[in-house]
Amino acid sequence: MSNDAKRKVASVHSEDALVAAERILPLKRTLLALVRDRVALAGLIIVSVLVFIAVLAPVLSVQDPYDLAQLDIMDGRLPPSSTSMTGTVYLLGTDDQGRDLFSAIMYGLRTSILVGLVSAAIALVIGASIGLFSAYAGGRVDALLMRIVDIQLSFPAILVALIFLAILGQGVDKIIIALVVTQWAYYARTVRGSALVESRRAYTDAARSMALSDKRIIFRHILPNCVPPLIVVATMRVAYAIMLEATLSFLGIGLPVTEPSLGLLISNGFEYLLSGDYWISFFPGITLLMLIVGINLIGDALRDILNPRQEG
Amino acid sequence: MSEPILSISGLTTEFKVGKEWRDVIRNVNLDIHQGETVAVVGESGSGKSVTAMSVMRLLGSNARSSGKILFEGQDLLGLTQEAMQTVRGNRIGMIFQEPMTSLNPVLKIGEQITEVLMEHRGLEHRAALAEAERLLEKVRIPSARQRLNEYPLSFSGGMRQRVVIAIALACEPKLLIADEPTTALDVTIQAQILELIKALQQEEGMAVLFITHDMGVVAEISDRTAVMFRGDVVETGLTEQIFRQPAHPYTRALLAAVPQLGSMNGQSLPLRFPIVDMATGQIEPVKPTVDTVRNDADPVLKVERLVTRFPVKKGILRRTVGNIHAVEDVSFEVREGETLSLVGESGCGKSTTGRSILRLTDPTSGRVTIQQRDVVSADKQELAVIRREAQMIFQDPFESLNPRLRVGDAIAEPMVAHGLAGASDVGERVGKLLEKVGLSPSMADRFPHEFSGGQRQRVCIARALALDPKMIVADESVSALDVSIKAQVINLLLDLQEQLGLGYLFISHDMAVVERISHRVAVMYMGEIVEIGPRQAVFENPQHPYTRKLMAAVPIADPTRKRVRQISNDEIRTPYREAGFVPPSREYLKIGEDHFVLGRKQERAA
Repeated sequence: MSNDAKRKVASVHSEDALVAAERILPLKRTLLALVRDRVALAGLIIVSVLVFIAVLAPVLSVQDPYDLAQLDIMDGRLPPSSTSMTGTVYLLGTDDQGRDLFSAIMYGLRTSILVGLVSAAIALVIGASIGLFSAYAGGRVDALLMRIVDIQLSFPAILVALIFLAILGQGVDKIIIALVVTQWAYYARTVRGSALVESRRAYTDAARSMALSDKRIIFRHILPNCVPPLIVVATMRVAYAIMLEATLSFLGIGLPVTEPSLGLLISNGFEYLLSGDYWISFFPGITLLMLIVGINLIGDALRDILNPRQEG
Repeated sequence: MSEPILSISGLTTEFKVGKEWRDVIRNVNLDIHQGETVAVVGESGSGKSVTAMSVMRLLGSNARSSGKILFEGQDLLGLTQEAMQTVRGNRIGMIFQEPMTSLNPVLKIGEQITEVLMEHRGLEHRAALAEAERLLEKVRIPSARQRLNEYPLSFSGGMRQRVVIAIALACEPKLLIADEPTTALDVTIQAQILELIKALQQEEGMAVLFITHDMGVVAEISDRTAVMFRGDVVETGLTEQIFRQPAHPYTRALLAAVPQLGSMNGQSLPLRFPIVDMATGQIEPVKPTVDTVRNDADPVLKVERLVTRFPVKKGILRRTVGNIHAVEDVSFEVREGETLSLVGESGCGKSTTGRSILRLTDPTSGRVTIQQRDVVSADKQELAVIRREAQMIFQDPFESLNPRLRVGDAIAEPMVAHGLAGASDVGERVGKLLEKVGLSPSMADRFPHEFSGGQRQRVCIARALALDPKMIVADESVSALDVSIKAQVINLLLDLQEQLGLGYLFISHDMAVVERISHRVAVMYMGEIVEIGPRQAVFENPQHPYTRKLMAAVPIADPTRKRVRQISNDEIRTPYREAGFVPPSREYLKIGEDHFVLGRKQERAA
């Protein structure tokens, strides 16, 4: 075999190898890329640890911070790693009511993550449906829906949430409703945008020319191709929802004092900050910060990975 | 012979992929002398553009080159990027493929040219302006002085490419590198630009390195040719020599696959492309084509007076101020086993015609019948039945497959949705379809991105065949493919026509491909059919001036017939008309049997 011919064979093989390397499902490919990206991996680790703590809060905590009977007002505002009279070690200190901060943070995380995820999921389903419908209907319906989205987005989310909570009152369910109301528009706009792009691509035309039903075209062809941008938006929005909930709780209109979330914990310690009892606000604040940054790091990496232009 | 202007020896360029370096071009040797045009030809991925970019040192930090690139005795690879700046755009000019993006849209044409002149030649503003005007005249742009004050958006693609050439010439370069400069242009505009480059080269005496995938263009323009294949220069020589006696099997394969206009004179049926065995370089004899046209049965597709207009709306009240007359009064028939080609340049309405027939775009008026069923008035159920009879294959195989669907599912989907196959036999049928288009049934569980362009187009054909159609509308279906792949897909289409008696409406801008595949041809211009008839009659005896112009513009892959052409610098006009415009009545003159040409009363009088 001549040198040339050998090289030809070699390059044919390397092409096959290339193709073989790409024979990985999109989900797996995304996860692999996430783990390979160092920054994203850091975010992934932070978020995993925090979620782990939140899920196992009842096992890991030394006391149930919601059970007022377990609190001892005499242990109020103890600095980190002090010991109570009964021998309990308060790793991160206690708040003014003698609540163990470490336990409170774990339970607070639970609430924060739950509220963030549930509200984002509901907002995603509602928003994506409206966005898809808007793109599909087109014309006046589309224009009307998108103007509603514009109006919704032109009000600061915090203001809308404040109004809703003022009407609905406090509670986990109420705050989820308020968060959904402020978030759905982002999903609607994202999905509508990508659905419009996808519906103009040739494969949608191909599907139409094969006389497939509208339902099939929308749910089998258009929607799956709108998922990547949706995942990115959803990740970022979960972080935003958690932050918004913390803000509302901080302002005292989010969750009740009996179920402290991270925002409420920060607010509780706020008045003691200047008197030197920094830990009551500081540790919940740091936890919140890590959670938000972690999610955002993942979101940023996802945006790069799922960028359709870089897809094979 | 004198010293070459550019002498490339042992050039190897590698790209960093992950952690390792992978060579993209290997040991390229090439000399270009003054006043000479050297073409580098190859298919996508052959490394021809990388060669040009290596010479210009325009590759990023993830690439490295070794070897020698001597330009006027100076090794470009040894220069710093700053020193390269004085070479690039100064002593070496460059033209790129995409004229739409290579000009800055927010700067006036004049400013973009004077900028270069003031920067590189140190001219005063006034002198630069005068020089810019001279340059625009040089590239044959009419009323150059006024056009200096216009923005790129008011220039057509061909005119923009002229401006890009003017900018490249601004510093009187010794060498011009043209990277596929005509690929994005229509064939008549391509001819204009090619003529311009040839004329300018003679006036300026510069050397041209011309990169292209089109053997026709190579034959038109180059003195010497280098053929690249997967990163290697496999053959270099005088262009005539290479066309007469190609030495390397790949060159032979490439030449065999090149559609040549006029190669089918005297032949009335379509003809397959010869396929070259890459290992031995032997050309396999072409299977003769069987006459598949069924003149006895009713036509599968009948289009009568089809009109499709797109309203142009303006103002807050969205008043219709005019219409784009994309398709005007178009009538034709396609019979079982027959291929009718719609040819014309971009914007002539050929694609809209195809889309209107399948109601992917709603026609304004007219009648379309597919297998005796009326398409235009069909309701949803009726349309679903019709769309089983007529399928479409699109231009871009990368776009027309859903990236998130395995190809097996994509092919199975229409059969399942129409209840033609159940869960038990669908897999088997998908396998059979894949085999029919020359793929292996085991490929069914792959995703589209795992296929090459040609394979994807085969998948699209398999999917179109899934519903057992009688008729296929192929909209520029081979235009995005490399020549050798294009030849294979055309052969496949002809095989399928023989096996299944399919009728094709083949929409294309490529006259040479059309000549191979069609039984009949319709030439479209500004939304109208200007000439329609049997392929042999239209190609050997073109009647309408536009048909003749189109034929004259097609590059001929025969360097011995290099000719100086008289090409008019007309632009392609847009079919936009004010609201209320009534098109003049049409009259088709009969030239020969089944051969008609559009004639208007005033045209005949003139």
